[in-house]
Amino acid sequence: MTAEMKFEEALKKLERTVSDLESGELSLDDSLKRYEEGVKLAQFCSKKLETARRKVEILVKTSGGKLEAKPFDEKALEG
Amino acid sequence: MPSVNPVETGRLIYSVTQITREIKVVLESAFPQVWVEGEVSNFKLHSSGHMYFALKDAESVLNCAFFRGSNQGVKFQIKDGLKVLCFGRIGFYNKTGQAQLYVEKAEPKGVGELQLAFEQLKERLQKEGLFDQAHKRPIPMLPSKIGIVTSPTGAVIRDILHILRRRFNDIGILIYPVKVQGEGAAGQISEAINDLNRIKDIDVLILARGGGSLEDLWAFNEEIVARAIYDSDLPVISAVGHEIDYTIADFVADLRAPTPSAAAEIVIARKEDLSGKLDSLIKDMRSFLDNAVSLYENRLAGILESRAFKYPLEMIERYEQEIDDLCRRGDSHFSHSVEIRMEKLNSLIGKLDALSPLAVLKRGYSITLHIPRGKVLSGAKGKTLRDVKGIKTGDIIETRLAGGRLTSEVKQVAKEEIE
Repeated sequence: MTAEMKFEEALKKLERTVSDLESGELSLDDSLKRYEEGVKLAQFCSKKLETARRKVEILVKTSGGKLEAKPFDEKALEG
Repeated sequence: MPSVNPVETGRLIYSVTQITREIKVVLESAFPQVWVEGEVSNFKLHSSGHMYFALKDAESVLNCAFFRGSNQGVKFQIKDGLKVLCFGRIGFYNKTGQAQLYVEKAEPKGVGELQLAFEQLKERLQKEGLFDQAHKRPIPMLPSKIGIVTSPTGAVIRDILHILRRRFNDIGILIYPVKVQGEGAAGQISEAINDLNRIKDIDVLILARGGGSLEDLWAFNEEIVARAIYDSDLPVISAVGHEIDYTIADFVADLRAPTPSAAAEIVIARKEDLSGKLDSLIKDMRSFLDNAVSLYENRLAGILESRAFKYPLEMIERYEQEIDDLCRRGDSHFSHSVEIRMEKLNSLIGKLDALSPLAVLKRGYSITLHIPRGKVLSGAKGKTLRDVKGIKTGDIIETRLAGGRLTSEVKQVAKEEIE
């Protein structure tokens, strides 16, 4: 599980794990292995849910005509 | 414009050019600004961008020219049968000798220009398939980065960001600032859509604008915006105006959100929803694992209960029994055959007994052997006599009886037939 994995990706993997377990076709060993994986995925998702990494940017056209993303000042909106 | 003419006859004579020029002056100065109402017919759009058509009513026809420089601001589509109000000046075209209306402005009659333009574009794009459901892309459940095309100031972006704050946070927002109304707005919006399609990591676009009049929202009814949305590889959510406002962009977009805030709500799942989903997945996972474990437990129990497992020697015992059985059967077969043979042997011995010459002798018969001459004392075997033939007086014969033998000399030979 890489640090770069996206929440949605992890959630999809978790869903697949659950449906694999549901199928009842796994060996006991595999079932346990998948369950362990699932628990890790679930922990990862829960953690992701709680971390605030929201990044708001605004595109600005540079003098060269290129687009550049700059941090967007949300507070300026409130004022 | 002097009238060049000889007056000697008292007649004022114009050349065609002269009189045409006169008419032109009179006519054009009389109608420099007029509104004319009529139905469009014989409409032609020249490749130069100039439009030519005639306005007609029940009785009359007036040719019209609507040059490119003037007709570019017309939002709706002029076409045959459409009732219009045209504003312009009357001109006289000397090449054809006809008066015509040089149109500077045109408006649809009875319905607002924008309304008509909207209906016309909607119909055209619909026919072309830009609204087709099949073309609509799915909106990602949990985008990691959202491109928002909107004005960077004002309530719309503030509302969107406010809603996002309460939602799933692991997300990037990229605002592409554009004019959302007025001159050049449509061009900026379509350019923004194109540009954002080339920026990495963006999963979905939101086009957002607050409520306003049809004029205010007009940029979102422009064909250029519709085409940019249609051509976008990224799914586009349109969130223009209030719930009751529909724009062309709404029809082309992959999803229409009733308001900008709603777009934010649609595109970013609520934290509670996500954690709820997560919880239920964890619960499912546990119960399925429990199922798997109990499934294997049951199988194991079944195996432990099986005869093979409970009575592991059973099979060996069975084989042993079978072997014993076979042995027993072999024995009896063997002894039986000996008995039969013994019986056979005894009966054969009996028969042999009966046939034995000794037995005959016991019954009082005797056997006579002819001993060849000179061999009597040598104990040589004689030849059993069945006839007197060949026996002479003086021959030695041996008689065997039950109890012994007699050696005699033949005294007399008498041939006698026995009946």
